[in-house]
Amino acid sequence: MSFLRIKTLLVASFSLIAVLSVTNSFANENANEGVKEPAKKQEGSFNVTETILEHIKDDHSWHLWGDKSIHLPVILKTSKGFEVFSSEKLVDEHHEPVVYKGNFDYKLIEGKTKIVDANGNVDKEASKQLWDVSITKNVASLFVSVFILLVVLLSSAAAYKKTGVKTAPKGLQSFMEPIILFVRDEVAVPNIGAKKAGKYMPFLLTIFFLILTNNFLGLIPFFPGGANVSGNIAFTMTLAVCVFIVVNLSANKSYWEHIFWMPGMHWSMKLFLAPIELIGVFTKPISLMIRLFANITAGHILVLSLICLIFIFKTVFASAIAVPFAVFIGMIELLVAFLQAFIFTMLAAMYIGMATEEHHHEGHAEAAHH
Amino acid sequence: MVVGSVAAIGAGLAAIGAGIGIGQIGKGAVEGIARQPEAANEIRSNMIVAAAFVEAVALFAVVVALLGNG
Repeated sequence: MSFLRIKTLLVASFSLIAVLSVTNSFANENANEGVKEPAKKQEGSFNVTETILEHIKDDHSWHLWGDKSIHLPVILKTSKGFEVFSSEKLVDEHHEPVVYKGNFDYKLIEGKTKIVDANGNVDKEASKQLWDVSITKNVASLFVSVFILLVVLLSSAAAYKKTGVKTAPKGLQSFMEPIILFVRDEVAVPNIGAKKAGKYMPFLLTIFFLILTNNFLGLIPFFPGGANVSGNIAFTMTLAVCVFIVVNLSANKSYWEHIFWMPGMHWSMKLFLAPIELIGVFTKPISLMIRLFANITAGHILVLSLICLIFIFKTVFASAIAVPFAVFIGMIELLVAFLQAFIFTMLAAMYIGMATEEHHHEGHAEAAHH
Repeated sequence: MVVGSVAAIGAGLAAIGAGIGIGQIGKGAVEGIARQPEAANEIRSNMIVAAAFVEAVALFAVVVALLGNG
């Protein structure tokens, strides 16, 4: 009986939302038809894609609340040397880009700083020599996460130095110890082997905690978080390049032998496998890069599009559906934030394990004789 | 307009693939837990990791669809 009641309630609420949205969209169409002026139409219409992308991408200012935001410094290197100024000077009070006159005339074009000439057109020759090393929102957020990591990890490290490992962990120590043991016992040792795992633990712990902190900070919608650091492909690419370097520098002879001249195979098969294995060396870090980037970005897009539903329907009643769903997705994103940090570390450990594995060649040698 | 629609079809196909994959993982995990309830915790954590891998493949497709769109 109760099942039926819930069902009818659900049907009623969904149809209510549907009716509200339909009437609203009809109303909008009429309003837009009536108003022929393009400027007014643009102000009234709500562009979902633009709004979502604006929240995901990097920015020169960090929004606090209301109309308050932190204007981060812009640092530019041009042919006339370095130049530092506040990003406040690149936008007017309506957040529209304006020209700033420094050593050159700078203007934000689609979020990127470019050198413009007197007419406001992009000076391509001069812009080529422009290096933008500004402290953007992502960089500032990275500083925040580094600060958190330093405070948490150094204080627990200091506690170990003082009391050693003989006493029970206290305070932050007892929070960090299970996580570090989890990385050692579930990630490093099964994939790399107990003998070599210790050598790679600092690297694995660094990438694990860096990704984890940035994932969690990205889920906080307001000031200390809110930047989409681990959903930035440059950030994930840097991590993937680090993994690539560590894996290939620690690779032993048998790893390279298995790539270029697969033992125990007919020579024609060896020729066939070598290019495939060589591509595999590069696709492994590339897949690490895209996996983290896509997972975190998709999570952010999902939450933002649910919130955007309210603005699409232009009714506060849409939030009855949008907000619970956004909270639900947020809970899943908490799991994903941990899971992606774990998977990135586990795959890095697995690749290191593959590169450092000692092979016993009896089986292969026998196969080659036949 | 046409480009957007094709990208949406691609994203939809990727969602079908991921749906089948995650369904198979869930099926395997539930069957495993039914046979060996004492291994439920280990099976569950492995299931979540495998599901994340499948999901990542679908998200690769979504990224490609977005790139094709833009």
